[in-house]
Amino acid sequence: MTIYLRPSSFSEALQMRADHPDFTVFAGGTDLMNRPTDHAPLAGMLDLFAFAPFVGISKQGNWIQIGAATTCYEIVQHPLVSTHLPCLRYAASQVGSLQIQARGTIGGNVATSSPLGDLLPILLVLNAQLVLASSRGERQLPYCDFCTGYRSTALQPDELIVAVKVSVPPDHAIQFWRKVGTRRIHGTSKVMVVGYAEKNHNEVTVARVGLGAVANRPIRLTNVEQLLVSNPLEHSQIIKARQMTLQNLSPISDVRSTAHYRRLVAANLVGSFVDQLLLVRN
Amino acid sequence: MNSRVHTLEVNPCDRLLDVLRVQLKLTGTKEGFGEGECGTCTVLLDGQPVNSCIVPVAQAMKHDVLTIEGLPKQSCLHPIQENLLKFGGSQCGICIPGISLVAANIMKQEPNASRERIRTILAGNLCRCTGYQSIVNAVEAALQDREPASP
Repeated sequence: MTIYLRPSSFSEALQMRADHPDFTVFAGGTDLMNRPTDHAPLAGMLDLFAFAPFVGISKQGNWIQIGAATTCYEIVQHPLVSTHLPCLRYAASQVGSLQIQARGTIGGNVATSSPLGDLLPILLVLNAQLVLASSRGERQLPYCDFCTGYRSTALQPDELIVAVKVSVPPDHAIQFWRKVGTRRIHGTSKVMVVGYAEKNHNEVTVARVGLGAVANRPIRLTNVEQLLVSNPLEHSQIIKARQMTLQNLSPISDVRSTAHYRRLVAANLVGSFVDQLLLVRN
Repeated sequence: MNSRVHTLEVNPCDRLLDVLRVQLKLTGTKEGFGEGECGTCTVLLDGQPVNSCIVPVAQAMKHDVLTIEGLPKQSCLHPIQENLLKFGGSQCGICIPGISLVAANIMKQEPNASRERIRTILAGNLCRCTGYQSIVNAVEAALQDREPASP
């Protein structure tokens, strides 16, 4: 019989985690509940779904803080997200059906650390920080240092992910997110591209390009970023960015897609991002 | 559960779907893929559609669950169900309990939903038989026919 634990306070949650590192932390469980049924029953469930200290979105100075147990549905609905982080709103609305959005959480997406995690390339591109806590104390870790490989993270066995923090982008920042999946909306991702840029007429001052589902974890294309900030923004940049993407990716072929398709679609989406930069006036 | 309280002995990680069908004998909720992908097993948990095949029953304890059995009032079908019948929105029927609950929720939460919005909300419920048009027509008609909100 799996033991069920539900904390009644933040410190109790940390204590429970420390006392039972073998228990499985559950938020919505949308990935965890897909474990093969012939596996042994879980030793325990530490239930953090809708756990108040881990839920909610707030603005603190120049940071937006999103509780780890905040659901995709809550992210889509929140005015702070639609105002400042439209790419995150769009991604959260496409993670899956409304049934999935009601249960899937940002913390779950981060902890599962699937190469297909829809929110993850955005966290990479927006230089997100994670707030982690244990009974030993609290620490913050840049998201780029958190994801260490295929479904592996820097989370210690006694730690919980408390929140994700993102600095508020300037109003004129351009955010781009596109996912190509098994269906027009809501499918499992075959390729994701996130683009973030700040520009002044045809001078790109900041460029970050993140990709998902094309490697064992979300990645950034630093050479495409360099290409965009080092050269005036003009039509030929689209072709160069596409070619650079094609040359720099080594996605796998699997049941969902082929390496060739992923590489080509990723290049096309990166090209679309650069195209969007050209279309935005300022 | 459909406005009645039940006390059960379950394993926390048991699927809500199995507890509904086996222990509570509420077999109106059907299983499709069993992976949270098709929406066949949709129930309303605290008024929100969820895939009951991936909800651990422990997380439904002390919460409100509405299954298809709870949708009709006394012996009257819900307007969504009336319209699905009228518009031929059901063929084999297996997707219909899930679709009925999601559509009933649209009537409650987004009564002015456009056709496009109806389709987006229903995108989490797959149907292999109808091609969706009759279903969307039924939902649209139900929204148009509803009693206007009292002043």
